Amino acid sequence: MNSKTQNKIAIGGLYGIAGLVVLILLALLGYILVSGVPQLSWHFLTAPGKAFLKGGGVGIQLYNSFYLLILAMLISFPIALGAAIYLYEYAKDNWVTTTIRTAIEILSSLPSVVVGLFGFLFFVVKLHLGFSILSGAFALTFFNLPLLTRSIEDSLRTISDVQREGGLALGLSRWETVTRVILPAAVPSILTGVILSAGRVFGEAAALIYTAGQSAPALDFTDWNPFNISSPLNPMRPAETLAVHIWKINSEGIMPDAKAISSGSSAVLVIAILLFNFAARYLGKRLYKRLTSA
Amino acid sequence: MKTTEQLEAKLKRRSKAAKLEIWGRLISLTALMLIVAVVVAIIGFVASKGIATFTSNHVSLWDFLSGKSWNPGVNGANGKPEVGALPMIVGSFLITILSAIVATPFAIGTAVFMNEISPNKGAKILQPVTELLVGIPSVVYGFIGLSVVVPTTRAIFGGSGFGILSGTCVLFVMILPTVTSMSADALRAVPRYYREASLALGATQWQTIYKVVLRAATPGLMTAVVFGMARAFGEALAVQMVIGNAALMPNSLVSPSATLTSVLTTGIGNTVMGSLQNNALWSLALVLLFMSLVFNLIIRLIGRKGRLQ
Amino acid sequence: MFVNNDVKNAMAMEERHVIKLSDPDHPVILSTEDLHVYYGKKEALFEGDLEFASNQITALIGPSGSGKSTYLRSLNRMNDRIATVTGKIMYRGVDINQPSIDVYEMRRRVGMVFQRPNPFAKSIYDNIAFALRLRGVTGKHKLDEIVETSLKQAALWDQVKDDLNKSALALSGGQAQRLCIARAIAIKPDILLLDEPASALDPVSTGQLEDTLLSLKEHYTIIIVTHNMQQAARISEYTAFFNQGRVLEYDTTSHIFTNPSVQVTSDYVSGNFG
Repeated sequence: MNSKTQNKIAIGGLYGIAGLVVLILLALLGYILVSGVPQLSWHFLTAPGKAFLKGGGVGIQLYNSFYLLILAMLISFPIALGAAIYLYEYAKDNWVTTTIRTAIEILSSLPSVVVGLFGFLFFVVKLHLGFSILSGAFALTFFNLPLLTRSIEDSLRTISDVQREGGLALGLSRWETVTRVILPAAVPSILTGVILSAGRVFGEAAALIYTAGQSAPALDFTDWNPFNISSPLNPMRPAETLAVHIWKINSEGIMPDAKAISSGSSAVLVIAILLFNFAARYLGKRLYKRLTSA
Repeated sequence: MKTTEQLEAKLKRRSKAAKLEIWGRLISLTALMLIVAVVVAIIGFVASKGIATFTSNHVSLWDFLSGKSWNPGVNGANGKPEVGALPMIVGSFLITILSAIVATPFAIGTAVFMNEISPNKGAKILQPVTELLVGIPSVVYGFIGLSVVVPTTRAIFGGSGFGILSGTCVLFVMILPTVTSMSADALRAVPRYYREASLALGATQWQTIYKVVLRAATPGLMTAVVFGMARAFGEALAVQMVIGNAALMPNSLVSPSATLTSVLTTGIGNTVMGSLQNNALWSLALVLLFMSLVFNLIIRLIGRKGRLQ
Repeated sequence: MFVNNDVKNAMAMEERHVIKLSDPDHPVILSTEDLHVYYGKKEALFEGDLEFASNQITALIGPSGSGKSTYLRSLNRMNDRIATVTGKIMYRGVDINQPSIDVYEMRRRVGMVFQRPNPFAKSIYDNIAFALRLRGVTGKHKLDEIVETSLKQAALWDQVKDDLNKSALALSGGQAQRLCIARAIAIKPDILLLDEPASALDPVSTGQLEDTLLSLKEHYTIIIVTHNMQQAARISEYTAFFNQGRVLEYDTTSHIFTNPSVQVTSDYVSGNFG
């Protein structure tokens, strides 16, 4: 076989592989949306679930997902930001820094179920927080910290060193330069990273089943006193999220319409991730434009 | 000279900037140390719980790693508790290796297509789609596995449909976007002049891809595959939903089996803290942790070797 | 130590010619004694003993890698993190190269403008005002006034006075560089260090920048590193010629360009190397 024929066959094969992969991925997306979107309704998105009857909704789970997401981001963002600043702006290039970077990499490669088990052991059992929003938020924080730290560090890297010199030459400290000059300039890219990581956190379940728990007690959406047990803001109540819900109803199978609910919930998750993605791209670009335009 | 002294005093007084600098350094270092503390705590806690099976319950490590029967509540024929983790270890490795074997050609082929053959379509369609799919939650993969893959397997091979094969299918689709997008990054890092030089020597496009580009990108591609394997090995819920959760040595690809993660997710809520049943589960978690460190190490070694070349 | 014009007193191994200043109208404001700079173990600057006259422009010239930028960046200790600098830097009688000196306070007196214009990703107004706000200058009126004066001194006011709230990243290269100068002088330094400020600019912008510098020396002492010998000749009173990490010749600019004492300087300014 001469090399030209070989070339043709190989390129053809690559077309085939790529086509097949696109087909698989589109079929996947298509299946989720086609089977899920018809389930979606205002009732589905807002009503509480029903254990043994048809027609329940995912209102509480959806709310829990967002509440946990916000709490987890509120805890993890400042820590990740501080760590990224230290790593990129202060840390010297020596073995201590390398070790710390390795530790962060290890955390990012830990299976999320291990992170969840640690959360269970430490927060739920040792600190007696029980299955609660708070335990879940901490577990999600651990899950989120390494990737968010890396993404913020990458954002800092995109800002040229001449900006840092500019700040230092005005008699600003490195800290002031970072917080007043570098961070504002890096906001578009940091924001993109934060939203993308929010998507990951939103869909995470393995870290939550033994921390935030697998039950969604009824909430009273008129009671916003965080100390009341039925208040949506109460951080000490167990809180099943949408992702955990999908797992739970499929493993237990006591819900007659488990499949329909799962389809609908999957679609909600995927649409949310889609929105996070678009929002990240759009906001990042838009902010960058605003920063640089006349 | 009075003025010189005044100036010197002024220049030596610690300014607000200097105070802020110390403060800022301290805050950011604290944040970093917090993360390090989390890593140390996770490893420490899981390890200390995980070795309890061997230290306080006196199970031998060898029995744990090679025993084929998992039934921690019951004492076996030799009068010792049955905590043979081999079925789960085999299950985890099988499913990881199989899904990597299936995913690698697809992922690398697609990455090559995206980068070398049709960069336009690659950038417009494939890249956004793969990036988006990287972010799809694993429970969604599990649910689709349950509602599509398992029934299909059942229809073709009979039985329940749960098992290694279904798990492999789910993990294949799940790691495909990750491995594809990391492979594409690896190919993108190959300098353009490598290709130009090869084409200028009269090599065909395929020869250039096969002999030059893929070879130059090998460390990066290997990293992508190992990364995908690490993800497959550690994935819990998607696998747990389709594997059947029977802690038995897998005797076929379509019989219900178990992985480390699936036994952990189903078991940990049903055992009492401190009991042997519970400790044995933590030992499984320790194996999981250990393997994740091993994957990490492999990635590092590949990276180092890549740099040396 | 070289103390006079006498070339014969220079070290036998190398011809050198470094003057001491004695102009009562422009007393020495900054000087370095026995300054050495090391990057790791490598010595990048072997000796830089110079005096700078107040309210004058001093140019530092020399081929690439001759140590002139390294020297300049050591003057306000911008090299602290990446290099070791030994020796004395005397600013109005105080050695500012001591560890006990607060570098932030010092840099407010010894400002710097860089090769690549580096306006911050803020509005034109905030580029100038924000460092002032951080140091407790408040009051809109006061800030407005400083912003206006600085921009006027940097010859940028007329072009941007209606666009003060627009992003500084939209300015042209020459405008951006003048904004950086305005930003530097807004905090009222004593000395302004400029590291090849015109190298990224077109000839017209360069000309405007030079005019700006000439008008600034009434208020500031200016030390400028430049690759462009015509520029040094046009704007400076004194010129130091650097070669291979050493100051080979330091004298009035007219002396350096018309009648250099050292052969290497003569070769360089006549374009025979570098």
